[in-house]
Amino acid sequence: MVMSWIWILIILISVVFSSITGTISNVAAATAQGAQAGITLAVSMAGSLCLWSGVGHLMDKAGMTGSLSKWLRPVLNRIFPGTKTDAQLSNDLSANICANILGLGNAATPMGIRAVKRMVDPNRPGIATDEMCRLIVLNTASIQLIPANVAAVRSSLGCSTPFDILPAVWVTSICSAGLGLAAAWLFGKLWRHD
Amino acid sequence: MTDYIVPLLLLLSAAIALRKKESPYDLMLTGAADGLKLLVSIVPALVLLLTAVMMLRASGAIDMLSQFCAPVFSFFGIPAETAMLVLIRPISGSAALAVGAELMAEYGPDSLIGRTVAVMLGSTETTFYTISVYFGAAGIKKTRYTVAAALLADLTGFVMASLTVRLFFGS
Repeated sequence: MVMSWIWILIILISVVFSSITGTISNVAAATAQGAQAGITLAVSMAGSLCLWSGVGHLMDKAGMTGSLSKWLRPVLNRIFPGTKTDAQLSNDLSANICANILGLGNAATPMGIRAVKRMVDPNRPGIATDEMCRLIVLNTASIQLIPANVAAVRSSLGCSTPFDILPAVWVTSICSAGLGLAAAWLFGKLWRHD
Repeated sequence: MTDYIVPLLLLLSAAIALRKKESPYDLMLTGAADGLKLLVSIVPALVLLLTAVMMLRASGAIDMLSQFCAPVFSFFGIPAETAMLVLIRPISGSAALAVGAELMAEYGPDSLIGRTVAVMLGSTETTFYTISVYFGAAGIKKTRYTVAAALLADLTGFVMASLTVRLFFGS
């Protein structure tokens, strides 16, 4: 339903704005161009998306998610103290973060959901715990090794070095995850009772 | 240096799979088929959303929005041209991809704005969607400070994307 509102809003603004500024003929022409641009974008991403889904699946089955999660476990145990007493939670959490890093968004979600379900406080069901907020922040900061879709779009637009943004993407993701965690920690201290 | 990352990752992952007595080629075929299914599932959304975004661009409203947001954005060091992307990114992933692709085409993938857009897309997520999926599944009604913390992380992402691109690629 959200998307319906976004769609209506965008079209409404386009029509109202263009009838004031007299650009309605451009807007009419843009409908045909935009629809075709959608297909062009999909086709330009297709190869890359297939390749990296394949590589992601390979890395998962080759045990790379497993070894990565072993490395990350000490860090994650600090961020999520609940993992010390709950081995299953520890597994789900590290698998979720690792799948995200390797770009397996679809595989990451079920494990993240399992982790959040295990974090539910039986005394206070329906209320988000501090650890849940931290997990959400880590997931929305999108720490990802190879942002393949973006690279594919760049390459389709004639960019000869589509992966040159990687260091900038990594630094940015780590900063947003770090600041998000710090904010969650601070808000958690302030928001003790509710 | 960055040119080595992707080819070496391909080599390394296949070699590790071979050592584990798995068949890398067949594994990749399975994964690639899933990727194709995923693509087919998002094509209709991309067509609808790019139509909407290009209508909005043609009407001149996107430029107007950028001008309107410019004072706030320049305070954070974010290029005002990315205003539409920044606003839509936490709400819808496919809409953000449509807006981002249109921006990269408009300004060029190697321009500062094009690169900033790419880094923003690569280092942020669809925050509200993630929150609703995870908390919906666990039956969480009171989200406390989650939205505030996640949006703060998003803002950090947008600021850092602009900053790193200027540092790494600015002349």
